[in-house]
Amino acid sequence: MSNEQRTWLAFGFVGLLLLVIGFSQSWSVALGIFNLCLISAVMALGVNMQWGYAGLLNVGIMGFAALGGMAAVLVSKTPITAAWEAGWANLLLAVIFFVATVALAIFAFRKMDAGRHRTIAISTTIIIGLFITRYFLDPAVASIEAVEPAKTGFLGGMGMPILFSWVIGGIVAAGIAWLVGKVALGLRADYLAIATLGISEIIIAVLKNEDWLTRGVKNVTGLPRPVPYEIELQSSDWFLELVTWWHSSSLINLTDIDKQAALRQFTIEGSSIFVKLCYTGLFASVLIVILMLSVKALNSPWGRMMRAIRDNEIAAGAMGKDVTRRHLQIFIVGSAVVGIAGAMLTTLDGQFTPTSYQPLRFTFLIWVMVIVGGSGNNMGSVLGGFLIWMVWIEAEPVGVWLVEFGTSWLDDSSTLKVHLVSNAQHMRLFFMGMVLLLVLRFSPGGILPEVIRRRS
Amino acid sequence: MEFITDILNAIVLILNFLVVPALSYGSQLALGALGITLIFGILRFANFAHGDTMAFGTMITILVTWWLQSKGISLGPLPTALLALPIGIVFTIALMIITDKTVYQYYRHHKAPSVTLMIASMGVMFMTNGIVRFIIGPNDQRFLDGERFIIRARDFKAATGLDEGLTIKMTQGLTIFIAIALVIALFWFLQKTRTGKAMRAYSDNEDLALLSGVDPDRVVLVTWILAGTLATIAGTLYGLDKSFKPFTYLQLLLPMFAAAIVGGIGNPIGAILGGYVIAFSEVFVTYAYKKFFVYLLPVALEPEGLMQLLSTDYKFAVSFIILVLVLLVKPTGILKGRVL
Repeated sequence: MSNEQRTWLAFGFVGLLLLVIGFSQSWSVALGIFNLCLISAVMALGVNMQWGYAGLLNVGIMGFAALGGMAAVLVSKTPITAAWEAGWANLLLAVIFFVATVALAIFAFRKMDAGRHRTIAISTTIIIGLFITRYFLDPAVASIEAVEPAKTGFLGGMGMPILFSWVIGGIVAAGIAWLVGKVALGLRADYLAIATLGISEIIIAVLKNEDWLTRGVKNVTGLPRPVPYEIELQSSDWFLELVTWWHSSSLINLTDIDKQAALRQFTIEGSSIFVKLCYTGLFASVLIVILMLSVKALNSPWGRMMRAIRDNEIAAGAMGKDVTRRHLQIFIVGSAVVGIAGAMLTTLDGQFTPTSYQPLRFTFLIWVMVIVGGSGNNMGSVLGGFLIWMVWIEAEPVGVWLVEFGTSWLDDSSTLKVHLVSNAQHMRLFFMGMVLLLVLRFSPGGILPEVIRRRS
Repeated sequence: MEFITDILNAIVLILNFLVVPALSYGSQLALGALGITLIFGILRFANFAHGDTMAFGTMITILVTWWLQSKGISLGPLPTALLALPIGIVFTIALMIITDKTVYQYYRHHKAPSVTLMIASMGVMFMTNGIVRFIIGPNDQRFLDGERFIIRARDFKAATGLDEGLTIKMTQGLTIFIAIALVIALFWFLQKTRTGKAMRAYSDNEDLALLSGVDPDRVVLVTWILAGTLATIAGTLYGLDKSFKPFTYLQLLLPMFAAAIVGGIGNPIGAILGGYVIAFSEVFVTYAYKKFFVYLLPVALEPEGLMQLLSTDYKFAVSFIILVLVLLVKPTGILKGRVL
């Protein structure tokens, strides 16, 4: 089977699965799953750039996705002027002293000779700087969080359209990736994994605890939407006409009263599907743009260089390629793509909840997508994103159903059965791990393995 | 005289809120980091499943503990979980051997790069996590019984006449005691026995060890047995001391990695040292020193704020920052380990 056939077959299978979900559950559910499939695919593409092209093991995907989500809040929410007025002066001073501390520490690190003096100088700078920063930051935070703590208690955002945050999310994630990469990329691959694991936990800890920034665990809800609201659609004339036209064949045989009721039902269903379709359009265009760029990049001399570095760093270095620089570059680009996906996800949810960022869901599941789909192959990552997300979502009802089937000989009220059924949803973790291990063992290239073109 | 009581009060304060908790948390981390470092030394990969191995062993121990409690069997002042621990260890070792035979052995025999083994360990992590959540659920479980304190604050105050009390929980005492005993046993094993020497030789230079007739399968088997034992004990002690929740154990992975790397990965003494370094800095950096200074400084100089460097929520950040610092300054760790 040629590679192209394989790709078509695999995506055909995904389409078929969606159709099955659409017919057996509902089209709204199918579209909802498909939207998250698209976001997952973008995220998987970002990770594939790092792992598939360059062999960098990033286990901090969760953190970069959360940064994207934070950007969505900071861009789209209206600024809280009262909070700004209450805290701007102290906050500004805190920022100035923080930057000064960092700058001084870096200056000391660069200019002083290594030894005990330098260590002492740097640590005193950092400790004193931290105390001064805290001296200004604490009252600033207190005054900001005192402004209507039940409703706001944070600085708010910039009040710009939320679509803009997709770009900002990418930029923020890229900035943090630059910092992490500067520190971690000089060392070996295993270390990058542990370092990124750490940085993602820290990002989540900051987002959970800095209430003045994104309200912490109090969550930010009601983010503005880039697409119309269902309620607006249901009361607009053009949408009613569209629904009437779409369902004209089934409406034609009904009496007037039935027609009214049916039309109302169709409008409610239709509005939900229409909103989801709008999201699908937005997400799909982002995915297609990133996918096209990735394919182009991977097939360009740059992509060949990346793979050369991945396959043999020493040889590539000997050919004059700056390995560390290229690694930093791809690490930043990949993280930015993950950040974009994170902003898209928060946009779709309409809310930002730091506690929902869990490593199993946001880091390791994406890894399963990349490995199962086919690392190094862009289409493979997209496929992995689609397939694994669907399995992840559908494994829950299927798992519960299987457990109920398996325990049908037990009495409905038996503790064992109640326990097993209520915990059945967790079996999808087991299932995901098994899929990852099976693919890794028996088909290490994934479903769509990397295509290597050789010129004769 | 008052001056001396003030100093004594300050010392007891530090002992009570910093040293004792840090010692017990450090022992738990050290036992976990020992497992990670052994696996890294012998099998040469960073095992992401270690946190969940701990959760699995603890879960079995909890289930057996509940069963024992329902039968009315207890250890008097000691927690019943100690009685259940051997069974937890046996099950965990079984799990280790099964995963090695089904997953890791293939890659080892095919000389796969360590990154592949690391990704495989993520798969194992997922599966173990799924099993644990399926059997015991994702929620908090408590299984502590027996005497709660070795020294109570009230008794301590009455005995010494100081304002500050010193509390030592039974679990803290047990943790420190068991950790010391285990570490001594482990080092005796590694230094004195034939298998232990074979393990060190294998870790140091695989080819040379194989040439000298070291049986690699045996070395790997013993490594998994040790790692499983250490993980179960560390997990149970942590669960007794705080509480058991599968997600917390996944999060312990980062401080344990940090401990292993900071001490020098592949080096058992380093892992223990790293465990205490991480635990002490986490506790010391996030403590509010206000009361401490109130005791020591004259009234005029008493601090207004909490005198806290970082809020307690940033524990992870502390272990991570130490990790980064050590890697920048001395990539082999405090005691010489391998360069990751």
